[in-house]
Amino acid sequence: MTILVIAEHNNQDLSVATLATLAAAEKVASDLSSEIHMIVMGHESNSVCEQAAACASVKKVLSAQDAALENPTAESLAAIVVANADGYTHIFASATTSGKNFLPRVGAKLDVQPISEIVSVESADTFTRPIYAGNAIATVQSTDSVKVITVRATGFDAAEATGGSASIEDINVVSQISNNSTFVSQELTVSERPELTAAKIIISGGRGMQSGENFHLLEVIADKLGAAVGASRAAVDAGFVPNDYQVGQTGKIVAPDLYIAVGISGAIQHLAGMKDSKVIVAINKDEDAPIFQVADYGLVADLFKALPELNDAL
Amino acid sequence: MKLLVTVKRVVDYNVKVRVKDDHSGIETANVKMSMNPFCEIAVEEAIRLKEKGVASEIVVVSIGPKQCQETLRTALALGADRAILVNTDEEVQPLAVAKLLQAVIAKESPEMVIMGKQSIDGDNNQSGQMLAALLDWPQGTFASEINVADGKLAVTREVDGGLETISLTLPAVVTTDLRLNEPRFASLPNIMKAKRKTLDEMIPADLGVDITARVKTLKVTPPAAREAGVIVESVEELVEKLRNEAKVI
Ligand SMILES: Cc1cc2nc3c(=O)[nH]c(=O)nc-3n(C[C@H](O)[C@H](O)[C@H](O)COP(=O)(O)OP(=O)(O)OC[C@H]3O[C@@H](n4cnc5c(N)ncnc54)[C@H](O)[C@@H]3O)c2cc1C
Ligand SMILES: Nc1ncnc2c1ncn2[C@@H]1O[C@H](COP(=O)(O)O)[C@@H](O)[C@H]1O
Repeated sequence: MTILVIAEHNNQDLSVATLATLAAAEKVASDLSSEIHMIVMGHESNSVCEQAAACASVKKVLSAQDAALENPTAESLAAIVVANADGYTHIFASATTSGKNFLPRVGAKLDVQPISEIVSVESADTFTRPIYAGNAIATVQSTDSVKVITVRATGFDAAEATGGSASIEDINVVSQISNNSTFVSQELTVSERPELTAAKIIISGGRGMQSGENFHLLEVIADKLGAAVGASRAAVDAGFVPNDYQVGQTGKIVAPDLYIAVGISGAIQHLAGMKDSKVIVAINKDEDAPIFQVADYGLVADLFKALPELNDAL
Repeated sequence: MKLLVTVKRVVDYNVKVRVKDDHSGIETANVKMSMNPFCEIAVEEAIRLKEKGVASEIVVVSIGPKQCQETLRTALALGADRAILVNTDEEVQPLAVAKLLQAVIAKESPEMVIMGKQSIDGDNNQSGQMLAALLDWPQGTFASEINVADGKLAVTREVDGGLETISLTLPAVVTTDLRLNEPRFASLPNIMKAKRKTLDEMIPADLGVDITARVKTLKVTPPAAREAGVIVESVEELVEKLRNEAKVI
C-alpha cells in the first residue's frame, strides 16, 4: 500500500504546509505500514524535488516538469494526479487555496468523496475535521477505496525534512496540460514580513483601525516582534489591506505562539481562524467585545492610544 | 447566455451552533436557517450579468428538504427567473451534489454555473470543483471579479498570496468569494412576484443519481473550550505579562 503526498511549492522551496501534510500521511503510513511517495508538479523545480527526496519518510519522488506548470491550473494538476493515481490508497494535499482548488477535482474523477481540512488522523480511514466555523469537530470515516484528503497545517507538527534519500523519477505530463483554462497574471502581496501561516507572532487589525494608513501602527510593532500582519474580513472588505491578510473561517487558519487582535470584535468567523493560537491578546475599547472571551490577556483601551504605547514599550 | 446558480439552505451565519448532547450532530430544532452567504453572492453576480445584458436567463437550483423552497423563493425574489428543487431529506455530500447538478445541467444546458465557494455548515469547499471535473469544464474558484468578453471568461481569484487572474473557455463553473459583490435585498413587490415564478421539483431518482453518503460521520463533539484570561490594566502590564508570564516575546 502506498500513499501519495502532493508537494506545494514556488518552484524553489517546498512549503511548510507540505511538511504538515506529510506528517498526516506518516500517521496513516504507520497504521498501514505503507510507503510514502511525493509528487512535485512544476517548472524547473529540481530543487523542490531534492527537498522532497530529503524528507525522512519519503521513499520516491515523482517529478512532473512542464513550462505550463510554472503557474499551474487546477485542471492540469488534477489531471496529472489522476493519471498517476493507480496503486495509491491515500492522496494528500495541503488545505491551502491551491490544494482546495484542485483536490476536489481529483476526487470527482476517481469517484471519491474527498475529506477537507482534517486536523487529526484517527486511523487509516477515520479523521477529524472542524465544521460550522470550528464550532464542532466531526469524526468522519471514509468508505471509499481511495482516500482523498486535504490537511489543515495547524493540526500537525512539520515532518522531518532531512535524512531521507528517495529516488526521483520523471513523469511525462504533456497530455495532461489543460487547454480550457490558462493562467493570465498574478498580483502577489510583497512583504518583508513572515508569511501569515508560518509566523510565530501575528498582529491583526479590524474595522476599528478605520483606514489602511492606520495599519502602519500595527506594522511598526510587527517589525519589532518579527511578526506577520493579519486582518478581519471587515478590514479587507473596507479596502484597508489586501485579501490575503484575512484570517478566519473563509480566510487563513493560523495558530501562532502569539496572536494580537486589535479593533476586532471577535465574530465566530474570525475566531474560527485563530482560536487555536497559543496566547491571544485582544485590544478593544468595548469591554463586552466577544474577542475577550477567548483572550488570555485583554486590554480595554482605545487602540490609537494603546498601539503607540505598545510600540514604545517594546 | 443562460446561467445556472446553486443555492444551499444552511444554519444562519449569526447562529452559534450547539452540538447535540448525544454527539450525533448539531442542534437544528428552532434554529434560524438562511441562504448560504456565498450563494447570495452567486445569485447577486448572476443578476448583475443579466442587468448588463450578458445573461438572458437565470435558473436557480437547490438540493435538500422541502424547506429549500423558501431559499429558492428568495433567489427568485432577488431576480432569478426559474427554480428547481431536487427534493431529498437525506444528507447530500459534495460528490452527490455534483452528480445531481451534472444531471440537471444535461437538461438545462447553461453556459455558466455560479456557485458559492463553500457552505458555511459543512465547510467542504468542494462541490463547484467536483461539478467542473465531472463535466470536464474549466473552473474559476474563489472569484473576486469575473468578466465575459470574446466568448471567454476572465476570473480574478483570491489565493493565499494575493490575486490571480485566469482565462477560461465557456461553458465554465465559477465559485464566489466574499469580495465578488455585495448582495442586494429583495423588495416587497419582488417577493410577491416571486410567488408566481416557476418552481419545478424532482427527486434524485428522477435524475438517476445514487446519493448514498461515502463519508460516515461517526460523531460530532464540541471543540476544546478556551478559557477567558485576565484583563490587564495597562500596556505596561500587558508587555510585562507577555515577557515574563507567557514568555512569547
Ligand atoms: C460567509 C461569511 C464568512 C466570513 N468569513 C470571515 C473570515 O474569514 N474572517 C473574518 O474576520 N470575518 C469573516 N466574516 C465576517 C464576520 O462575521 C465579522 O463581520 C467580521 O469578522 C467583523 O470584523 P471586525 O471585528 O473587524 O469588525 P467589527 O465587528 O465591526 O468590530 C470592530 C471592533 O473594533 C472595536 N473598535 C472600534 N474602534 C476602536 C478603537 N478606537 N480602539 C479599540 N477598539 C476599537 C469595536 O469595539 C469593535 O469591537 C465572515 C462573514 C460571513 C457571513
Ligand atoms: N445541497 C445543495 N444545494 C444547492 N447548492 C449546493 C448544495 N450543496 C452545495 N451547494 C453549492 O456548492 C457550494 C459549495 O458547497 P460545499 O462544497 O458544500 O462547501 C455552495 O456554496 C452551493 O452553492
